[in-house]
Amino acid sequence: MADTSTSASGTPPEGESRRDFLLYAASAVGVAGTALAVWPLIHSMNPAADTLALSSTEVDLSSIAVGQAITVTWRGKPVFIRHRTDEEIEAARKVDLAELRDPETDDKRVKKAEWLILVGICTHLGCIPMGQKASDPKGEYGGWFCPCHGSAYDTSGRIRKGPAPLNLAVPTYTFLTDTSVRIG
Amino acid sequence: MSGQKFDNKIVQWVDERLPIFSVLKESAVDYPTPKNLNYWWNFGSLAGFMLVVMILTGIFLAMNYAANTAIAFGVVEHIMRDVNYGWLLRYLHMNGASFFFICVYIHIFRGLYYGSYKAPRELLWALGLLIYLVMMGTAFMGYVLPWGQMSFWGATVITNLFSAIPVVGDYIVTLLWGGFSVDNPTLNRFYALHYLLPFVIFALVFLHLVALHTTKSNNPLGIDVTGPQDTIPFHPYYTVKDLVGIGVLLLIYLAVVFFAPNFFGEPDNYVPANPLVTPPHIVPEWYFLPFYAILRAIPDKLGGVLAMFGAIVILFFLPWIDSSKVRSAKFRPIFKQIFWIFLAVCLVLGYCGSQPPEGQIVVVGRIATAAYFLFFPLLWVLGKIEKPKPLPQSISAPVLKGASAGHAAQKMEKA
Ligand code: HEM
Ligand code: FES
Repeated sequence: MADTSTSASGTPPEGESRRDFLLYAASAVGVAGTALAVWPLIHSMNPAADTLALSSTEVDLSSIAVGQAITVTWRGKPVFIRHRTDEEIEAARKVDLAELRDPETDDKRVKKAEWLILVGICTHLGCIPMGQKASDPKGEYGGWFCPCHGSAYDTSGRIRKGPAPLNLAVPTYTFLTDTSVRIG
Repeated sequence: MSGQKFDNKIVQWVDERLPIFSVLKESAVDYPTPKNLNYWWNFGSLAGFMLVVMILTGIFLAMNYAANTAIAFGVVEHIMRDVNYGWLLRYLHMNGASFFFICVYIHIFRGLYYGSYKAPRELLWALGLLIYLVMMGTAFMGYVLPWGQMSFWGATVITNLFSAIPVVGDYIVTLLWGGFSVDNPTLNRFYALHYLLPFVIFALVFLHLVALHTTKSNNPLGIDVTGPQDTIPFHPYYTVKDLVGIGVLLLIYLAVVFFAPNFFGEPDNYVPANPLVTPPHIVPEWYFLPFYAILRAIPDKLGGVLAMFGAIVILFFLPWIDSSKVRSAKFRPIFKQIFWIFLAVCLVLGYCGSQPPEGQIVVVGRIATAAYFLFFPLLWVLGKIEKPKPLPQSISAPVLKGASAGHAAQKMEKA
């Protein structure tokens, strides 16, 4: 553009296209470079190494009676551990998968049928469902009830009613002995 | 440089090198303003005033605040009890957010009623909505800072909205949190952003004003200015009128600050955040309630989130949805009624958002949500079928009656 003499004398087409090429190539490098420079900024917002390291919790189960439940913290989140009664296990197994919004058998959600271990966070918008204490409402399906927008979970922690799309998540855990478990 | 503009030599010297004085004179002194603006036109400057109040009180609060989950709650109590006038700063800031939103909401509905969003003011309207969006982000993050129960659970529920996005949702939420739940990293980044965003708002307000001074102000008649006889200089007429408005605003705002400082607040936010106990009834601040009601009206996670964001996004398209060329509701008999119904619908939505989602409230919330969205197609149809009343020939015409009454009737079909 600044070079009026060339354009006035009729620039050969290939001269223009070489310039175009240089322009596109330089722009592409510029865009890629900017993207590379932005990534560290974004990634700095992801969980830091020490946050990631805080990733397991050990729990002693021996004091939890049948029918009782406790809440422990794992990675800053509540984890529900429920010592299920036979009726609860029975109810969870009996459900027809076709009725479920997020179909999963009870067997796939537990390692030992009497111990139901779940991340206690409603899959709708993250409230903590009620149903851990004896006095709490447990919802129509005998599991948990989320007071925020009314989601109800069954005795396997599966979503049955309300706006939540998914079952309560099962964290990774391993039984260290019959009465102790490591979550994470 | 067009010669001597200012008597003062120093002012003149500066202005020739950096025209701040010319710009000020053009946009805040001589700026030709329609002479018929009513008091609803005060709320823009009132919102601007509140922005300044928020930034000022915020900066002094920040000098005493610490964004750490272990101490944030205590530090806000320390501001309330120990810092000299800390209680005043905090109550001004806390209630200032509410009054800021009150001003902005009135300002927005003013624009709706008088058709200020229509050509040529589409971008002015869009910039206003952008300001409103950033304000909502700022207020949301500010509310997290005192680290009470509502701070924590509000932050949890709102950040979880993003988990509704297919595929990338969970990554986005982790990115927002900087961990596996709302925690210290979250509080820290919210504080950083809460400090930054008001200045972004400030820049957007500047652009909003540039757009305003390009298209000039709309007015209650919604017709274009036809010449100098329709306008008066901004100073002293509207500077004084704006000052009157600020006086009235201060009277009400300070009455709340001094006599009912927790009127807009939630008692639960005076309970320290507890990640293991959700309060039985989570409500956002009042200014978010209509959107919260829309979120809950749809019995599907992604659907609810889309409807909620859609409720705001659709406003950006209003200038093109409304097919009527007549701006002011004064001359649109049917639109005028629909406007009031729409306002009522928004208030009903706000009420629904404040109640636990049970029984009747769910039904009312759904109907109101449907009505909210119905407003827009209705506006489009209305523009095609409504017969507007005759428009006056100019802003001065209705005042100088006799002379121009005949002309006004002739011009009626212009619209
Ligand atoms: C658009 C303007 C702003 C809005 C709408 C806004 C809104 C809010 C809200 C709603 C709160 C919670 C109040 C409470 O419940 O205690 C808050 C707190 C806070 N804000 Fe702002 N704010 C704004 C500007 C600023 C600025 C510019 C700063 C700093 C420079 C600031 C610093 C703070 C601090 C330190 C707190 C925590 C102390 C407290 O909770 O009172 N804010 N803000
Ligand atoms: S968060 Fe549980 S129902 Fe919405």
